[in-house]
Amino acid sequence: MTASLPPYESPVPGSAREAAGLPDPVTPRYIAHQGGPENPSVAALRERFGVAVLRSHVMWGDTTVFVDPKAVHDVIRFLRDDTAHAYNYLVDITAVEYRDTDQPLEVVWHVRSLPWQRFLRIKVELAAGSALEVASVTDLYAAADWLERECYDMFGITFNGHPDLRRILMWDTYNEGHPLRKDFPLRGRFSRAEQLSQALKIDTSGGYSTTELSIAEAFNDLPEDMKQRLRAARAVDPAALALPEDGR
Amino acid sequence: MGLITTVNDSSATPLRVPAPSGDASQDSWVTSRLDFLVNWARSSSMWPMPFGTACCAIEFMATAASRYDLARFGMERLSFSPRQADVLICAGRVPFKLAPVLRRIYQQMPQPKWVISMGACASTGGMFDNYAVVQGIDTIIPVDVYVPGCPPRPEALMYAIMMLHKKVQTERMSDKSLRREIEPDTESLLYIPPSTIDELSEPFGNSVHQTRSAP
Repeated sequence: MTASLPPYESPVPGSAREAAGLPDPVTPRYIAHQGGPENPSVAALRERFGVAVLRSHVMWGDTTVFVDPKAVHDVIRFLRDDTAHAYNYLVDITAVEYRDTDQPLEVVWHVRSLPWQRFLRIKVELAAGSALEVASVTDLYAAADWLERECYDMFGITFNGHPDLRRILMWDTYNEGHPLRKDFPLRGRFSRAEQLSQALKIDTSGGYSTTELSIAEAFNDLPEDMKQRLRAARAVDPAALALPEDGR
Repeated sequence: MGLITTVNDSSATPLRVPAPSGDASQDSWVTSRLDFLVNWARSSSMWPMPFGTACCAIEFMATAASRYDLARFGMERLSFSPRQADVLICAGRVPFKLAPVLRRIYQQMPQPKWVISMGACASTGGMFDNYAVVQGIDTIIPVDVYVPGCPPRPEALMYAIMMLHKKVQTERMSDKSLRREIEPDTESLLYIPPSTIDELSEPFGNSVHQTRSAP
């Protein structure tokens, strides 16, 4: 939430597909369950990262690539910054735990390239029983902030490098575990009376960090023209709009 | 008893309403019970505080809109501030995270106040028998009328509102037990701790095979 993310500019302006002279994509009439043309970004990943790209497959026309947990941050940064791929839209971060608890738990990133009109699903396998840790991509996509918090809240996966990794759906003092894990009972671990008495003790205003409530931070994040309008308004009537001291 | 009673008595009091004919023997009197007047006023202009969290709120909006027209019951003014509300209509499921919010909203409402629990989820937790949802808002705040349905039709909500009107109209000011906040007496022999109530009342509904304890 410190919001030190540099403004992202797409490496490819407009439609790279059109600029490259590629034909417009056609909605296919039939999509095979398994197999089909693979997303060309996977071949580029193989060439660049070698054995860190474990395997890939195509299902229902979408390509899934499994990468090494240590390399996933580099892979996503490459996909975002390389003009030949330009995955500038992080759609989702989630995780999958299988009923067979010996199977590894998967963390999934959905990224989309708007200039190239491509979609790629990146997966990382975390072995059962290991520390569930993976690198955060909040330094690449601002959208990853809440997605990673949700993933941490529901699955207990730690995203290293996240600036503010706390629960987002359940309250901060929730201590029954991570609800979407397979070992979590549907009704929770505590009795209804205990759940209710704990819930009634929630500090309803404590869910906001001081940064979230800080107008000073928000002012600095505003676009320049809006800042100027607000400054002009304050010049007319200083009492109408109390700006922070460093808001200038 | 009616609101306005005609009494043929010519004794002069300020409550005498002169007849249009000027004949003093035909003058009307206004007499009533204070209880009745107060309850009549209260039930005829309840300001609802909508606490809509789910699809029941859509039905509530339909009830408030022109086709079903809550204004007929003096309820067209939805009070989005609990400080100016009389009846809290909880429409939809309430997750545990909202439980302290709902209780605070109830506490912020001035007396006299009433609560309508609209729909299966607000009344019992409904199909959400899981870790996240309060199993009935009556575990948090007192409820006057429950409306079944998933979601209830506007007719059902209006029926509940009319039931609440009837309830309000039977209130007596002399009843000291009304609107008294009761703290459970833990020393009493009749006291059952919440954990025991919990144990006795479960399992309930679906998914009875799932154990509460951690695996």
